[in-house]
Amino acid sequence: MNKTVKNPRQPNMGRPMKKLKKGTFSRFLKLLFSFYKAPFIIVLICICLSAIATACPSIFQKYVIDTVSTALKEMQSGMSTGTALDTYLPPVITAVSILACIYVVGLVSAFIQTRTMAVVTQGSLHKLRTLMFGKMQKLPIKYFDTHARGDIMSHYTNDIDSLRQLISQSIPQIINTVIILCTVTVIMLSMSFWMTLVIVCGVIVMTFVTKKIGGSGAKYFRMQQESLGATEGYVEEMINGQKVVKVFNYEPKSKERFDKLNSKLCSDSTNANIRANTLMPIMNNLGHILYVFLVLIGSLLFTNGVTNVSITGTELFTIGTVVAFLGLSKQFTNNVSQLSQQSNAIIMALAGAERIFELLDEEPEVDNGYVTLVNAKYDENGQLTETNERTGIWAWKHPHSADGTVTYTRLMGDVRLNEVDFGYVEDKIVLHDVSIYAEPGQKIAFVGATGAGKTTITNLINRFYDIADGKIRYDGININKIKKDDLRRSLGVVLQDVNLFTGTVMDNIRYGKLDATDEECIAAAKRANAHSFIEMLPDGYNTMLTGSGSGLSQGQRQLISIARAAVADPPVMILDEATSSIDTRTESIVSAGMDALMQGRTVFVIAHRLSTVKNSDVIMVLDKGRIIERGSHDDLIAQKGKYYQLYTGAFELE
Amino acid sequence: MLKTIKKLASFVGEYKINSILSPLLVLLEVVMECFIPAIAGELITFIQSPSKLDDLIFTKPIITAMQKSVGYDNIIPIIAVLCAILVVLALLSLMFGTLAGIHCSRASCGFAKNLRRGLYEKSQDFSFENIDKFSTSSLVTRLTTDVTNVQQSFMMIIRTAIRSPFMFVFSIIMAFIVGGKMAWIFIVVIPILAFTLIMVSKKAMPIFRKVFKKYDKLNGSIQENVAGMRVVKSFVREDYENEKFNAASDDVRNDFTRAEKILAFNNPIMQFCMYFLMVGILLVGSNLLISSGGRAFDVGNFSTLLAYGMQILMSLMMVSMIFVMTTMSLESANRICEIIDEESTIKNPANPVNEVKNGDITFENVSFKYSQKAEKYALSSINLNIKSGQTVGIIGGTGSSKSTLIQLIPRLYDVTSGRVLVGGIDVRDYDIVTLRDAVGIVLQKNVLFSGTIKENLRWGNENATDEELVRACQLSCADEFIQGFPEKYDTYIEQGGTNVSGGQKQRLCIARTLLKKPKILILDDSTSAVDTRTDAMIRKAMAEEIPDTTKIIIAQRISSVQDADVIVILDDGKINAIGNHDSLLESSEIYKEIYTSQMKGAGNDE
Repeated sequence: MNKTVKNPRQPNMGRPMKKLKKGTFSRFLKLLFSFYKAPFIIVLICICLSAIATACPSIFQKYVIDTVSTALKEMQSGMSTGTALDTYLPPVITAVSILACIYVVGLVSAFIQTRTMAVVTQGSLHKLRTLMFGKMQKLPIKYFDTHARGDIMSHYTNDIDSLRQLISQSIPQIINTVIILCTVTVIMLSMSFWMTLVIVCGVIVMTFVTKKIGGSGAKYFRMQQESLGATEGYVEEMINGQKVVKVFNYEPKSKERFDKLNSKLCSDSTNANIRANTLMPIMNNLGHILYVFLVLIGSLLFTNGVTNVSITGTELFTIGTVVAFLGLSKQFTNNVSQLSQQSNAIIMALAGAERIFELLDEEPEVDNGYVTLVNAKYDENGQLTETNERTGIWAWKHPHSADGTVTYTRLMGDVRLNEVDFGYVEDKIVLHDVSIYAEPGQKIAFVGATGAGKTTITNLINRFYDIADGKIRYDGININKIKKDDLRRSLGVVLQDVNLFTGTVMDNIRYGKLDATDEECIAAAKRANAHSFIEMLPDGYNTMLTGSGSGLSQGQRQLISIARAAVADPPVMILDEATSSIDTRTESIVSAGMDALMQGRTVFVIAHRLSTVKNSDVIMVLDKGRIIERGSHDDLIAQKGKYYQLYTGAFELE
Repeated sequence: MLKTIKKLASFVGEYKINSILSPLLVLLEVVMECFIPAIAGELITFIQSPSKLDDLIFTKPIITAMQKSVGYDNIIPIIAVLCAILVVLALLSLMFGTLAGIHCSRASCGFAKNLRRGLYEKSQDFSFENIDKFSTSSLVTRLTTDVTNVQQSFMMIIRTAIRSPFMFVFSIIMAFIVGGKMAWIFIVVIPILAFTLIMVSKKAMPIFRKVFKKYDKLNGSIQENVAGMRVVKSFVREDYENEKFNAASDDVRNDFTRAEKILAFNNPIMQFCMYFLMVGILLVGSNLLISSGGRAFDVGNFSTLLAYGMQILMSLMMVSMIFVMTTMSLESANRICEIIDEESTIKNPANPVNEVKNGDITFENVSFKYSQKAEKYALSSINLNIKSGQTVGIIGGTGSSKSTLIQLIPRLYDVTSGRVLVGGIDVRDYDIVTLRDAVGIVLQKNVLFSGTIKENLRWGNENATDEELVRACQLSCADEFIQGFPEKYDTYIEQGGTNVSGGQKQRLCIARTLLKKPKILILDDSTSAVDTRTDAMIRKAMAEEIPDTTKIIIAQRISSVQDADVIVILDDGKINAIGNHDSLLESSEIYKEIYTSQMKGAGNDE
């Protein structure tokens, strides 16, 4: 339908990474927090507890080793094994018991954390999805005409997937890592300033190296994403056009082009992967080297009997300190490399979050209408009044804000366009000065070349787009005053592209009127001439339609969509090329169905086949957005204008 | 499963060396990584009691040698040497690790490249029948997502799958050497962890598999909603759609949560094992140390043992992760193999004919069904003679097999029985490229490709001059609207041709086929979206400009075929009648019926 709105040329995937907008992260966090306040706080507490539990064993380790070392020394200087055990084992047991208790706390909180996180993650994604979906339902048709379906879909797939990572892994891990790092730093400082200094220097070197590799890695990673997008896009396009490829003997060329893309992808992804795959061994072994330095410096301090300085005061440097620091350094460096690994994932996820926010921030369809459609009946005075029951009589309820009165106008199906101008983009007018008067029960047809503006007119009547100038009145009411939902409810539409939904045939027909009974649906199907073929289906009305209604022929799908419109029973119908993809034999069946449907309704018909529109009350001949001829078939034939040419042109070619 | 792996392995191809080097290097890296904590531990022991060398397994000879030369009291040089050894080991490990990373990246990306190319080339050689069998969307998934999955697993396997089990075994051995009896504590813990990991993945995997299917369905329904937005809005069903979606999304959420809650056991259990080890080693170790007076076990062993303990647990964790990953990608691998195993149903004959003489077409008693298993024939006993240069119209209802009939001519499908002759020779005897070059066909479901109009047109003839392009477009009445575009013939066509209307697309497709200068031109309902006037103009241009080309027109409208030399009416896969417009009006009920329905029928109701 985006005939006039051309998308700018762009590769469909691998969007270039824009600079992230500021505040995306905090907005995202706020949103998450608003979904799950209490669980989030619980998780936060749990993370803190388990992080501390992971970080503090080194204190106990140091204590135990120091105690045991003292014991050994005492034994060397003559203490008996029994006395040593009695003296030094109880404090060890006490320390280890305390450690075990801390562990239990850590375990319990880790367990609570992961369980709660499962709920929070999936729940947040669910809420986000429904938020997006709900928002999407509110967007104007223009959004769908100007955005590629694949791009819209990727919000629900790629972007949500990257957020899943962010919520379930990155965020808790970062909190965890930061807390561990802090705890470890405090512990280190409490043990020895000197050794802490060594670790800090080592970590600075490591961060520097990571930045170097990570920086070029990000570049190659982006290149890989772009190549991947290009290759996959190409594959998708070619496979979808496979039959055309065969018909044109294009296979060698298509393979050649694929090879080029594929080789580029290979070299880009190799480059990106090399960065990713070498980062870990480099970090690990830098950690090892740091480890060695710690041993070296630690043992130097120890053997030289250097006084140790720490938060807790000064004392003699012990071997326990060295051993503890070895453990601490592992923890410290591991967490630093964790952090550097997460940073990439976070940037990617935030890009996804930003795209989702873009969708959520999209301007919704505005509706300032206040005239509503209500069930009505005539009271004893012959006055039209509102009622709650379904009477089959509908009325426009028109409140007047000036004097507070309400008037009721019976829904008739009188549609008038007055000097309407319209363009999909502001400076490009595609409809000029179009005036149409459709009285209730009339059949109005639009004829004209492709691109003449036929579909555009129907887009305006149901307010998928708003007119630039002029007026459209429905039963005498300006359609801008009518609530869009009520306006659309009063219009039935059958389109050329039939969209059926996954579900049974019955579900699809009932789509027109959700509270319709099975009998009503079947009656509608009978009216649309769909009943006989539906009966022939393996499960009749309960046959499942999947995908885009596969398994049924185009004509059969169209018949179902007509039945769908029939069950809605609107006073005005728009048939947009409803029969052009149906072969003529089937069409005669379909048109019989449609003729039944048109009885007593105002109908707008767009068709290529003049035979379909011949019996219309008024035929409009459109050319380049202007109505050039109007009148009944006989009038137009008598005029001997364009319509006459078209009509006779079909015969002339004998 | 073994077969699948074997088949995929053949795609490693020129990256075999990388694929073998990478695990070997990983092995070396692991050896280094295992030695480092051992030696570091011995260093600590040495510092603490420089005179006691009995417990030092690796460093004893070096220390003894050093002590002889620098003396027994001077321990600093010895420490320095040991540290130097450690640094060298770390650097070696760094080198091996980096090289392994490089080779592994080359191997896995190269493997993916070969796999993709293999699949793509295979898919290009598929016949229509093969394509019908796999739907296009499933072909695309196999070439994209499935390949990526398999690549990931491949990378995991050549890198981590060797690393982790090796690390596991080595660490256990080392733990026993260093810790002696203490190492038994691992034997207690490992089964607990292994059991949990297996149980958890066993429980969670089926749920995941199920929920992924649901998730796909959910996304499918979003796609449906986006595609049918006009319907949704027209029927004011936004709220209904929201409700439907919320229910489905909630369902997915519940299943995912269930599976992840099970997975949530993994982490705490792993931590439990680690903590258990820590407490156990500290407690038992101190007891052992003091009671043996430091003989059975020394202080340095504490940290070493703990380091090995961590490594053992980590490698177990990794193994379980690899297990989950590979089983998940096994399904991808199977899907890929299905394509590799598929044989194209249409192949070139042994001694192909390389020239198509003329545009004569003969159907000799042709019958056809789409698959061997199908009960119903799509075409039966078709006999038809078309002379070079004739215009033939084919009409009939949906399901009357009009498209099927003409797809037999360029051998898009092979007949089930009978023969189709082009230029007097059976189509199965031609070289396929020769035949298809001679037969131009505008398919009913036609596509344009992303690129400029020019690039699209040149599909028909790569070397066509700009004048030829314009000429072809004039014939197909495409020139008029192309000239209206700001960039004319350089206008960019979006993927799938979404930025041109249906009628414009059809006209471009006709021009593209005309550029092939085929001997036979087939239009399969190719002007359905074009208005009657243009349709007539196109037919007129063809009659005048390419009179020698055999033209076959499938159409819905009588007006499109009524001036043809021969009109064939198909009904339910059989020829119902053959004749020209006048004779058919006389003789054919079906023709008369269609004719009246289109020309007069509607008018009579008034």
